[in-house]
Amino acid sequence: MSFSISLSVNGVTREVALDDPRVTLLDLLRERLHLTGSKKGCDRGQCGACTVLLDGRRVNACLALAVACDGAEVVTIEGLAAQDPSGADGLHPVQAAFIAHDGFQCGFCTPGQIMSAVGLIREGQAGDDPERVREGMSGNLCRCGAYAGITEAVLEAQRVLTAGDAGHEQEDAA
Amino acid sequence: MPEITLTQDPVHLRHGSNIGRPLTRRDGLLKVTGAARYAADNNPKGLLHAVVAVSTVARGRVVALDVEAAMAHPGVVEVMTPANRPALAGDPDAKPNPLVFRLDLLQSDRVRYAGQPIALVVAETLEAATEGAVLLAPRYESEPPAVGLDDGERFVPTAVGPGAPAELRHGDVEAGLAAAAQAIEATYETPPQYHNPMEPHAVVARWDGDRLTLDTPSQAMAMARLRLAALFGIPPENILIRSPFLGGGFGCKGLLSGPQVLGVMAARLVGRPVKLALTRAQLYGPVGHRSPTRQRLRLGADGEGRLTALEHHTLMSSSRFDEFFEPASNASHALYASPAIATLHEAVRLDCGTPMFMRAPGEAPGSAALESAVDEMAEACGLDPLEFRLRNYAEVEPTTGRPFSSKALRECYARGAERFGWERRPLAPRSLRDEHGLLVGWGVGTAIFPALMFEAEARAVIRRDGGGTVEIGACDMGQGAWTALAQIAADAVGLDGERVEFRSGSSDLPDGGIAGGSAHTATAGSAIHSAGAAVVARLAELAMADERSPLFGAGNAGVVARDGRLHRRDDESRSEGYAEILERAGLAEVEARGKGAMDAAAQQRYAMQAHGAVFAEVKVDPDLGQVRVTRLVGAFAAGRIINPRMVVSQYYGGMIWGVSFALHEQAVMDRRSGRPMNADLAGYHIPVNADLPALETILVEEEDPHVNALGIKGVGEIGITGTVGAIANAVWHATGVRVRQFPITLDRLLG
Repeated sequence: MSFSISLSVNGVTREVALDDPRVTLLDLLRERLHLTGSKKGCDRGQCGACTVLLDGRRVNACLALAVACDGAEVVTIEGLAAQDPSGADGLHPVQAAFIAHDGFQCGFCTPGQIMSAVGLIREGQAGDDPERVREGMSGNLCRCGAYAGITEAVLEAQRVLTAGDAGHEQEDAA
Repeated sequence: MPEITLTQDPVHLRHGSNIGRPLTRRDGLLKVTGAARYAADNNPKGLLHAVVAVSTVARGRVVALDVEAAMAHPGVVEVMTPANRPALAGDPDAKPNPLVFRLDLLQSDRVRYAGQPIALVVAETLEAATEGAVLLAPRYESEPPAVGLDDGERFVPTAVGPGAPAELRHGDVEAGLAAAAQAIEATYETPPQYHNPMEPHAVVARWDGDRLTLDTPSQAMAMARLRLAALFGIPPENILIRSPFLGGGFGCKGLLSGPQVLGVMAARLVGRPVKLALTRAQLYGPVGHRSPTRQRLRLGADGEGRLTALEHHTLMSSSRFDEFFEPASNASHALYASPAIATLHEAVRLDCGTPMFMRAPGEAPGSAALESAVDEMAEACGLDPLEFRLRNYAEVEPTTGRPFSSKALRECYARGAERFGWERRPLAPRSLRDEHGLLVGWGVGTAIFPALMFEAEARAVIRRDGGGTVEIGACDMGQGAWTALAQIAADAVGLDGERVEFRSGSSDLPDGGIAGGSAHTATAGSAIHSAGAAVVARLAELAMADERSPLFGAGNAGVVARDGRLHRRDDESRSEGYAEILERAGLAEVEARGKGAMDAAAQQRYAMQAHGAVFAEVKVDPDLGQVRVTRLVGAFAAGRIINPRMVVSQYYGGMIWGVSFALHEQAVMDRRSGRPMNADLAGYHIPVNADLPALETILVEEEDPHVNALGIKGVGEIGITGTVGAIANAVWHATGVRVRQFPITLDRLLG
């Protein structure tokens, strides 16, 4: 039995013929499309290392079945910089802020942390309140304990991105 | 920033500006873009997927496996069991030295712990292999397992930790207790803990004849290579291990684990590359854990609050078939002055996977108990806990009388206390509340961790183009080896960091030793430092022997290497660039090797420890018993700091492990099955971002001329020590309730 799905991954349309309905979105990305940036830390939605943006919202890719993602738009860590390369070194501002604030050590949870941070900032719920940022980032575990840097990075990226938006609005108004 | 002062060879000084700079991570770009390749990210052509089936009983035999059902599943290629596993040249149960651990490689149908691999299913897809493993539907003959510390017969191990004596007695503890004005006795318990790195162990293995290439996380590639060579009967040079990035290690990737070898065996069996990644649940068995401990402390103090006796007894467990004994009592060796100190260990054997080094092995649980007991002793004496610690400050190592190679603990206490505002702390417990009515408590703990060194080698090259290469098979599991060692490398060869190619993370490079014991930067760094000294010396010899060089005849005065040039030390205006020296000598490059190892004579003469002081504030809901750490300040002195940005992150990480130890993590064992009941990240709690308070660290300057040429002590583990006790003490100060069982959960606090 084969299941054909079509989805956009980092802006590229991928036609996938799945030989198995049990394939998760995470395993599709990692094992079949070889986009290995998204990590598998638990495969149970408990650690957040596999966080991607699915139709603009942050989700645990290990909890989504690939066959259910027909027609979806997926952004992974590999495609993030292309969305907004306004940070240092052509990185997305969240990526750049993670480097600047040492928001990681081993780096394994980092793709998930960054995608989650992008999602959180888009949700617009945390603002510049560190407590709410910590809460909003608490679905992403980090065993190295880089939380202090992660929180600072998210707050800085939030400031940069909000300032950018305000700038655009002013340009639009002008 | 202090300049590097070479103690080995005054003829070739190097001055650099790389060490000490808070550079961002050199591997940062790779890690934030998803391009850093961890073991399981490798997908070679023709790859098959393997899934381990593990035992659900803790003791017994596997009597049936439905191999046919698994083989019949579409996509399944092979099922590896004791019946068909490839023959091994080495016995996985052999124990030639204490650092070789017995592995479960399907050598028999015997089950010796829950979670032990009992078969492996190899398939074209991960989904098929996963289903195949379920279809094996094993049946067992099982026996009742020994699960807890009361289940076994106690004995005194021959050694604890990596070979320390199980018992040490200095002075007369009983006499000290008898003479004490105040004495306390208290027993503390710590639970089994699992390392839980974010990256589960994984291996991608490929055989090419009798040559083996594997991608697998390793904190010690050379040791892993030797183990594989012995098991498979091939020369170590035939094995290439690539481990550029570890997704966390914390000790469970220090020595090769059984499942990593099983992946290699599966690849040999099927003749194709195989990827094996453990599931989260499978980390609770074959890759090590921290043993539970029950620690009894007896302390006595005179009328001035000075210790007269300190006895620290630990009961812990190992597996029934192998030996690792958590050396928790040894945390009391070097910290507080007492005329009588006894550290004792006893063990029981349980039907569990063998315990293993886990971040601050011994020191973490030992410090948790010691720092709690010291606080209880201070209370009995009616003294402020910090004042009590200062009255018992060890000016020399108490058990040996050796001086410390350096010890800036007093400064740590002072600066931490000032930053925290300790002087405003009321003596009596349960006397602070915040504006919401929550109980507030302040606690302190002393941090200590030995400054260890192992052995490593490095190779340094200076090229005619004016650049250099430094190579070492070092391991970056997040501590920042890619960055800190490259900084040392640049200074070692007297070049700007950008002019040095730093190669690491692979077993075909010189042996970088083990990334463990907080000793990697000191050991690998020393190897790099001495390789750099040697290569600069070769260059200097070339120049000083050449009449055409401005450095000709500088022999006695010596030269200084800086920014790609050698300068005459007595006249810095006379200098020559590396490129010119090599050009004239007609050489493309010069190279040299160097080693890093502890200085045995210095080790004899001095006690070598890093120190720190941790101050914690907690808030406790008076009705619900919910505890939150709201503030942590840690002041640490650990010799020379190579990269303060990365060191701060290491301290934070350690302190967060301390929070986890004090309040969150524990494996809860099912007494009937011998299985952990919470073998996942939902049930095994580790702190999330919202659990963490405002963290602060203070880097207290410390110069140590004795530990090694660079003056480096370790920073990776010390943060846990002190922190656990500080939090426990703060909980007592907030509530007046002393919980002696870790983690301090609300039921224990209310009960």
